[in-house]
Amino acid sequence: MDASRELLEALRENARTGTADLARQLGMSEEAVADGIAALEDEGVVCGYQAIVNWEKTDEERALAAVELNVTLDRETGYEEIAMRIARFPQVTDLRLVSGDFDFLMLVEADTVREISRFVSEKVAPVPEVTQTVTHFVMDTYKERGIELRDGHDDDRLSVSP
Amino acid sequence: MRRAERVDRVGPSGIRKFFELAEEREDVISLGVGEPDFAAPWAAREAAIASLEAGKTSYTANRGLKELREEIADHVTRYGFSYDPDEEVLVTTGVSEAVDVALRAFVDPGDLVAVAQPAYISYEPGVVFAGGEVLPVPTREAEAFVLTYDALEEAGAAEASVLMLCYPNNPTGAVMSESEIEEVARFAREHDLLVLSDEIYADLTYEGEHASIAAREGMRERTIVFNGFSKAYAMTGLRLGYALGPASGIAAMNRIHQYSMLSAPTTAQHAALAALRDCQDDVEEMVSAFDRRRNYMLARFSEMGLPCFEAKGAFYLFPEVPGDDEAFAEGLLEERGVAVVPGSVFGEGGAGHLRVSYATGMRSLREAADRIEAYLNER
Repeated sequence: MDASRELLEALRENARTGTADLARQLGMSEEAVADGIAALEDEGVVCGYQAIVNWEKTDEERALAAVELNVTLDRETGYEEIAMRIARFPQVTDLRLVSGDFDFLMLVEADTVREISRFVSEKVAPVPEVTQTVTHFVMDTYKERGIELRDGHDDDRLSVSP
Repeated sequence: MRRAERVDRVGPSGIRKFFELAEEREDVISLGVGEPDFAAPWAAREAAIASLEAGKTSYTANRGLKELREEIADHVTRYGFSYDPDEEVLVTTGVSEAVDVALRAFVDPGDLVAVAQPAYISYEPGVVFAGGEVLPVPTREAEAFVLTYDALEEAGAAEASVLMLCYPNNPTGAVMSESEIEEVARFAREHDLLVLSDEIYADLTYEGEHASIAAREGMRERTIVFNGFSKAYAMTGLRLGYALGPASGIAAMNRIHQYSMLSAPTTAQHAALAALRDCQDDVEEMVSAFDRRRNYMLARFSEMGLPCFEAKGAFYLFPEVPGDDEAFAEGLLEERGVAVVPGSVFGEGGAGHLRVSYATGMRSLREAADRIEAYLNER
């Protein structure tokens, strides 16, 4: 595995690991790690870093929905154009073109269910190319981007073993 | 109760004391653990559950499920092996059972068994229980804990009938290259030694490829290889291992195994089958996580001025400590709450070292390294 691939893997495990620790883990110099991260960012391979939040553990209300979108295309308008019109709304956290019964799978996040309803009906549905929306409100989240949101399994190993 | 003399010939495990000390404290970070912190891959666990749901709770063939033996035989071709699944593979209840059965199958009372040390703590008792005599063959840090022709000769291993070794090594993390293992093979051929090679950490080799002694010229007919699912597949508690060897050797082992164990746990065999078929990606991910932790701890030891040999396998480092290793480890546990295992527990060549397991999450490793550093600074 080449160095930038290893760096990517270490960042995917924990993007908050500091440059010095990444250097130790990968057997590289700190400078090489910093350069490697800068290159990954410049090339657009690494697009950002975010915390995975379990909102249930906070005092805040949070509403999520998965929305199926169907669209019609014409000579001037392709998937890309439609996608960008929708993706620019800050409420949209994820937008993917998918195969199957509908075209786009859109994830939406807001403070309340009502806000999401209004957003979908007032901002997304009126987009001329959007022919249909089906909104699924999220009732519970068990795992997000590879991280289980429930309490992790306890280390039940014996403290010293051969 | 009156007990057999062989029980008293073996002392209690030296690890026990540290286990008890560690259990007394609340805030201990343990780097004393000989098993992965990961749970077994879900596909393997799921297969075990499915096998229970399907009511697969009977004995299997003595030698293990045929499909599993076939999958094992196929899997081990990566080490340059070719073993017949019907005649040359024995599925056992962990490598522990395989080693015990092999010692009983190949060691007669009074036979000398050369054991490369530092070594896993069960080999010596296993030899004693089989009625044999242990001949320690020390390996040295100056030679990267590699077993050499000269060390074998000096220790008098020419008189032995069996040689027991383990690479990648617990506790040192040492690995042996093809040319190094060939020297040991030459000694075994010249002195007609039967070789018992514990290769449970084979897949946890971080630099270069695992080189097995059984793959050397003229060695297949005199070698039993042990491997299993505990380490690379994080399945320690499922207790599943296997032995590979020439048909006559496996038949001898099976004679004992069929009376003492009948067959390895059926549920675990189903998990193992799925592990081999579906979990290679999980293994790869665990191996690269271990490798990052290894690099991290090596770097930390070097920064804090604790000399440490560059281990390239298993999940242990074996740093050198000032003074008595047992006192050092005890102080570290009592004053800073970090549990490690003193090297002297593992036999000759181990004194003056600590076995530090890095099979623990990065956060704990970071905290443990900070505590070790503070302990060193205040001494």
